[in-house]
Amino acid sequence: MKRWGVVLLLLLLSVPAFAIDTEPALPNAAMQSRYEYLTHEFRCLVCQDEDIADSNAALAADLRAEVYRQVLQGRSNEQIKQYMVSRYGDFVLFKPPFQPNTWLLWFGPGILLLLGLGVAFVLVRRRNQNNSTLVDDENEVDEPRW
Amino acid sequence: MVPELGQIALMLALCLALAQCFFGFVGAQRRDAVWMSVVRPAATAQFLFVGVAFVVLAVSFLRDDFSLRYVAENSNTALPWPYKIAAVWGAHEGSLLLWTMILAIWTVAVASFSRRLPLEFVARVLAVMGLVSIGFLTFMLSVSDPFTRLLPPPLQGRDLNPLLQDPGMVGHPPMLYMGYVGLSVAFAFAVAALLGGKMDSTWARWSKPWTIVAWLFLTLGITLGSWWSYYVLGWGGWWFWDPVENASFMPWLAATALIHSLSVTEKRGTFKSWTALLAITAFSLSLLGTFLVRSGILISVHSFASDPRRGIFVLVLIAILSGGALTLYSWRAHKLVSEQGFKPLSRETFLLLNNVFLVVAAAAILLGTLYPLIIAALGLGQISVGPPYFNSVFAPLIIPLILLMGIGPYVYWKFDNVRRLVKQLRWIVVVAIAACIVAAIAVWGQAPVFTVVGIVTGLWLLVGVAAIPVVRWRRHLPFSRGVLGMIFAHLGIAFVVLGVFVTTSLSMAKDVTLAQGGSTVLHGYRFSFDGMTQVTGPNYKGVQARIVVTRDGKPITVMYPEKLVYVEQQSDSTKAAIDPGLFHDLYVALGQPVGDNEWSMRFQYKPFVRFIWLGGLVMVLGGLLAASDRRYRKEVRVRNADLAGASLAADKN
Repeated sequence: MKRWGVVLLLLLLSVPAFAIDTEPALPNAAMQSRYEYLTHEFRCLVCQDEDIADSNAALAADLRAEVYRQVLQGRSNEQIKQYMVSRYGDFVLFKPPFQPNTWLLWFGPGILLLLGLGVAFVLVRRRNQNNSTLVDDENEVDEPRW
Repeated sequence: MVPELGQIALMLALCLALAQCFFGFVGAQRRDAVWMSVVRPAATAQFLFVGVAFVVLAVSFLRDDFSLRYVAENSNTALPWPYKIAAVWGAHEGSLLLWTMILAIWTVAVASFSRRLPLEFVARVLAVMGLVSIGFLTFMLSVSDPFTRLLPPPLQGRDLNPLLQDPGMVGHPPMLYMGYVGLSVAFAFAVAALLGGKMDSTWARWSKPWTIVAWLFLTLGITLGSWWSYYVLGWGGWWFWDPVENASFMPWLAATALIHSLSVTEKRGTFKSWTALLAITAFSLSLLGTFLVRSGILISVHSFASDPRRGIFVLVLIAILSGGALTLYSWRAHKLVSEQGFKPLSRETFLLLNNVFLVVAAAAILLGTLYPLIIAALGLGQISVGPPYFNSVFAPLIIPLILLMGIGPYVYWKFDNVRRLVKQLRWIVVVAIAACIVAAIAVWGQAPVFTVVGIVTGLWLLVGVAAIPVVRWRRHLPFSRGVLGMIFAHLGIAFVVLGVFVTTSLSMAKDVTLAQGGSTVLHGYRFSFDGMTQVTGPNYKGVQARIVVTRDGKPITVMYPEKLVYVEQQSDSTKAAIDPGLFHDLYVALGQPVGDNEWSMRFQYKPFVRFIWLGGLVMVLGGLLAASDRRYRKEVRVRNADLAGASLAADKN
């Protein structure tokens, strides 16, 4: 706990570790980039906010090896994610799945943006009616208005 | 004996904060000049006593006084002295002391640079800051005392976290805190104005330089942190959407929105009530960040429950300060109605949109940061919200904002017309679109569409910003520091956007296991592993690899990545070797030894990554220019000359 406190104090980091693979690269670039994509999608379950690509915990190494093996077997990203979720639950996904308990999370920003733009629209309209004093004169000197 | 002096100093500081708060509020209410005259000296004296406590703790570190629990846990006799000083804010209790110290610095600054402001107003501002100070001093004296003794004292301390033993980390927390705490000034100005019932364009003019200075420190702190994580964490990342990072990014977004909203209030006397709300929000987000980091709630809900006192203390503090300010706001805000008109095509509309996007972005980050905590607390499941979520939510909010930023500075206040604007912008738009097409073709196919959009957006802004001085110069318009500041700050954003998207899409990385004498090629660079040597430092030992880099047979550089083990903490630390360049970095980090003479290593080619931090520094420069604009120094003269604001009946004093 105390260590974690220290680490949190840094304000900017998760865990003092990073992982470098020793396996040979996957046979083709597409597989390699899928491997890299997937290892950034899964959370290292025993670490503080770290994906399995960056963690050097033993569990993360196991999960990387698992992803490596499954990519090599030709399983799709979706299948691999399902496999991980079935073993570890939604917690393992850094991008939460779209389901009832995350509706608010996924729709929230959009709703807020619509709300914000709506308020801005109403405000601009109201202020527009309020500017009888403004004259739209192209010849007006610009300087004070810049 | 000496550490107890620190504790006594903190108690005295608390008494002075109480006096500052009481005489400020009550004195201003009673319009009693004598009572109010107590406030400034109280602030100065408080600063001195907090300073004494700070120095006492620093001296305890320098003298290796392990009879203090905090020193024993965060220092070591072998620790080099600059890190002993930095260790003062290396953990919970000391970082609170730093927080309080910086609050005292800001308070004294406000007290000294407010001679031209009405005494009543100053008294209220300092009273609000005193209230914040009371909260943090009580926090330290009750549940986070840095001066707690440890008996019997251990012979050796446990040493500072190795990650903190780095020049970048020495400066990062103080800069970040200067920003966090600096927002308390804007907060105090807003609350004081609400209490006084007077909120006009002069209030905005007083607030704005303080807000800009706080913002520039926040920018510097975040930039330093990002740079530090790039070279210390060892894998070349520069932003992780970690909740702790988010805690610093949300106030930054709010402060950025506040600066723009203050511009409208200052120039046009409108958006007052919104500006006040933003000022309250920005500081509340700083407090919330402190809560998130300090309570332990981010680690897990359970660790929060196991020692809830600290977390609950900060929550109560937020409830009192933010809750109180918001209550006051809802009670007084109707007085702030301003009915200055403007047309839909005007600078006001653009700045309003700026605020909508920035505030929604901050709210989205807040949602993503708190959501897993909330649904876990409600028993609705365990989920993780990480970088893939934040990237997919943040980018769509920020890209439209940056597109608008390219045009916004050309639009007139009050009203503009489409024909004039098109006439002025057509060449700029042509150049921008041409640049965007060239860039899009250059990176097409190498990068995902999404990052191509990002690069194009960055270029659009770059051209838009670069043309501002040209247009102004051709029309013989003046370059005040305010204008220059805006240009630099926007230029910095363009750099950051370009850096982020180019480095995200075009970086290359390769993990290889090399034996001595082996080599690998990445993006035309050949990296040869030349051998390993032992290194020893005061409190660590480790190994250093020698990597010779060549390109087409020609030598480029030699790089020395290290892997160190800190003796006392038994933890290892990776010191990556970086060959920096304006347009690309080469990056080598050591992994693990494999077998006898082989090591796993990561080689990276990172184009444009420097632009991220260069952009941050350019923004800071912009902030410095804007904050030193003469209109904030010569208020009386400017008020007469301010044509745009002259029509306002606002200037009552």
